[in-house]
Amino acid sequence: MTNGWLPAAAQWVHIDWVLLVAAAWMLIGVAGVLALRRLTLVARVLFPLGGAFGLVLTGIALSAALSSPEVAVLPIGLPGLPFHFRLDSLSAFFLIVIGSVSAGVSAFAAGYFRKGEGTPPGLLAFEYHLFLASMALVVVADDAYAFMVMWETMALSSFFLVTANHRIVEIQRAGYLYLLIAHIGAIGILLCFGVLQANTGDYTFANMRAQQLSPFWASLAFLLALFGFGAKAGILPLHVWLPEAHPAAPSPVSALMSGVMLKTAIYGVLRVFFDLLDTPLWWWGLLLLVVGLATALFGVVFAAVQVDMKRLLAYSSIENIGLLFAAIGLAVLFSAYGMQPMAALALTAVLYHVAGHAFFKSLLFVGTGAVLHATSERNLGKLGGLIRTMPWVAWAMLVGVLASAGLPPLGGFVSEWLLLQSFLFSPALPSAFLNMLIPVVAALIALIAALASYTMVKFFGIIFLGQPREEKLALARDASGWERIGMAWLVGGCVLLGLFPVQFIALIDPVTRSLIGAGMADGVAAGGWLLVPVAIERASYGPAIFLLGVAASFALAFVLVRTLYHGRLRRAAPWDCGYPWQNARMQDTAEGFGQPIRQIFEPFFRMERELPTPFDVEPRYRVSVGDHFWHWLYLPLARAVERLAGVIGLMQQGRIAVYLLYSFATLITVLVVVKQ
Amino acid sequence: MTWLGVFSQLLEIVAALLLAPLLSGWINQWRAWLQNRSAPGLLQPYRMLHKLFNKESVIAEHASPLFRGAPYIIFGCMALASAIIPTLSTDLPLSPAADAIALVGLFALARVFVSLAAMDVGTSFGTLGARREMLIGFLAEPALLMVLFSVTTIVETLANRDLGIHPSLALAGVAFTMVSLAENARVPVDNPATHLELTMIHEALILEYSGRHLALLEWAASLKLFAYSCIGLALFFPWGVAEAEAPLALLLAMPALILKLAIGGALLALLETLSAKMRIFRVPEYLATAFLLAVIGMLVHILLAA
Repeated sequence: MTNGWLPAAAQWVHIDWVLLVAAAWMLIGVAGVLALRRLTLVARVLFPLGGAFGLVLTGIALSAALSSPEVAVLPIGLPGLPFHFRLDSLSAFFLIVIGSVSAGVSAFAAGYFRKGEGTPPGLLAFEYHLFLASMALVVVADDAYAFMVMWETMALSSFFLVTANHRIVEIQRAGYLYLLIAHIGAIGILLCFGVLQANTGDYTFANMRAQQLSPFWASLAFLLALFGFGAKAGILPLHVWLPEAHPAAPSPVSALMSGVMLKTAIYGVLRVFFDLLDTPLWWWGLLLLVVGLATALFGVVFAAVQVDMKRLLAYSSIENIGLLFAAIGLAVLFSAYGMQPMAALALTAVLYHVAGHAFFKSLLFVGTGAVLHATSERNLGKLGGLIRTMPWVAWAMLVGVLASAGLPPLGGFVSEWLLLQSFLFSPALPSAFLNMLIPVVAALIALIAALASYTMVKFFGIIFLGQPREEKLALARDASGWERIGMAWLVGGCVLLGLFPVQFIALIDPVTRSLIGAGMADGVAAGGWLLVPVAIERASYGPAIFLLGVAASFALAFVLVRTLYHGRLRRAAPWDCGYPWQNARMQDTAEGFGQPIRQIFEPFFRMERELPTPFDVEPRYRVSVGDHFWHWLYLPLARAVERLAGVIGLMQQGRIAVYLLYSFATLITVLVVVKQ
Repeated sequence: MTWLGVFSQLLEIVAALLLAPLLSGWINQWRAWLQNRSAPGLLQPYRMLHKLFNKESVIAEHASPLFRGAPYIIFGCMALASAIIPTLSTDLPLSPAADAIALVGLFALARVFVSLAAMDVGTSFGTLGARREMLIGFLAEPALLMVLFSVTTIVETLANRDLGIHPSLALAGVAFTMVSLAENARVPVDNPATHLELTMIHEALILEYSGRHLALLEWAASLKLFAYSCIGLALFFPWGVAEAEAPLALLLAMPALILKLAIGGALLALLETLSAKMRIFRVPEYLATAFLLAVIGMLVHILLAA
């Protein structure tokens, strides 16, 4: 424990070093402002340095993960209202994710930013590192004041990053929408903290933990937290900013926002539900489950019909956030019924997916950045065949795509597997209705996972495989050195998460133990290299053996075929049933690939079709897919706000006499009120 | 892990690799007989494989390494899948590596690779096939998982009861049959014998392959059919499978397996002869029916404990 401000360096504990890393990130940002337009300095020195501090943070958090909680108090901010910080296993886990993912993204960013793309590079570096520092501080904040300051810093710095290319009108609109929803969410969080402190006036988390709220107030805090953090995470119906902001932002920023920033919302949810609130109620779990599944299904169905590669990934993030909320709901449900081991299993799935999604989604986003810079196209319909001109990016993206599709032996599969296990091997819940619901929910999760692999095949196949759909794609250049390093780091994360689940769960175990008092590590360790959630007779998964099995049969088949038979190979024109006039326009388009989804899930979409008639000279076919929520919820809401603003606007006469009258009336009213 | 376990594991892999083409040949023979044609020999699939391996492989000029690697990956997945399923013995060193969910994941991995490989050359048939394959995949996977879940929970709680017809198990069995027909590109969903271009799925995917790559893919397809048949047998007719510490039972397990597969293959041929291929957009309804049957089976079990 620290006893005062700035103890001797020898007495420093993990939390001090974490604060120091955050300070270092801010200093790098300041250096960026000083070197405003010197791209080489910013790109080759500042971003790699930021990445190195990400690694340092990972190291600190790794050693802090297994030790007991530490606190620190910084006397900055308002007088008598210092910032409290606390580093426990939950914070440490999220710091590991923030540090390790940002290391890869920063390395990529070192090779990514160019001149002439809106905001000058030095300012971008400032916003970027401030964003990183605020995310790290959000997860160690220990009072509502520090939390809200960091949360707002995070929202504002990311807003400026989203609008880096601020001269484009769509980007301005996307940034505005993002800022609006972020702040509506922030109000929810602020009110939630207000409920949690239970009229004591003490806004530290330690005080909130000590309070015993009545079910009504606890439920109110739960709903406010769900709304506030849900707005940041993008649950239904607060998801609309995601598909706008992610395509607008530069790719490393989208990677951080989708991979890491959304996870801070998950952190907030876990902190409030499992730490600050005491025993949860069962219907919270049910509500989370329903909202989560609806979000996930909506996200994946929309992802499957997108034609813009970054929008596709943004919808896929909505899907993953939905899965996370559903799994949290399951953990809440189990924990409300006192089934701690099962709750621990569900929570382990949540945390595993947090890490897995952080890695693969950042990888996919930076990959789209490389494609965007090489081709200046975001539209899937104008890409194709890039595996031949951009092999580095393509093979790295293949790993990300497989992880995202939840396929073994990569990271995405482990969390999905854990999640399904927690659904399936749940012992009977005390409610018959819930018992019937659980298998159906498991099937829905299987459907979502399978749809995700449909989406990912479309994403990878249309961008990287087939024939180039435009002439200029033949000139596309592969990723540069720094970009390759960043992508390789993220690929490594996806692969390691997939191959060593047992070792990684040892890191998650202290988190689940501190939050719900049960962990999986003992059971898992009993299986050796096998991942065993409940008992080995019931289910087990050994990714290393799995990979070895596939690799061995691959190698054996290859060697046997090559030694027993000749290896002659001839290259010729594609066969295509003997049709010689095949060209790139005859391939399936992104719209075509989405067509079965549009047909099967028709009620999900607001579709506008423009069909040609047989007599058209220049036949045109156009289909656009809209979001019902936008038309039914947001547009009426926007109109209502506008009307209200018009009414209030009547008060603004623009004449000083009228305003003086208002002041006078206010004064009189206040005096009357005070007098009584 | 015992030596016997290692031996039964190896025996099972070899048996799967050798019996899989034989099963396809057997089904083709029965189909021919049922359709009043004279049948090809039982060993025809082996001759086919041998011929294909000996042929030169012709691939498109711009095919990427993914296209050339995919057949080996798919073959590897299917070989591992048939090594994991307890067909001859339950004492297998490899089987703890994957449970039912991981098995479904393995099939999904193979499916994704075959679809990506089909998109690689960039022909209209390839991409069309890839899209349809993924469509069937995402419809069939949840249904298959549902069947596997419900059967595992049903069997676990019914294990101590006497044998008999359980309605929940019967529903799951029907659902499983429907899903396996779709997954293995059999008649109501796809026609393994078709080369009518607009209706094909499996053939469209492997249209650009030739020589050894095609041989591997065909072998993998028959391994997949074999693996699905074995899953069905292991779930619904688990008699004659050797338990641990019973070396003699292994001797009996092989003829039992061959007998069960022979009956199953003939029934599959009958089913295929009696039904007609459906339009592609009827497939979602078909697979949704399978899914519902599996869910109903589960609910019947939970509510009525039957």
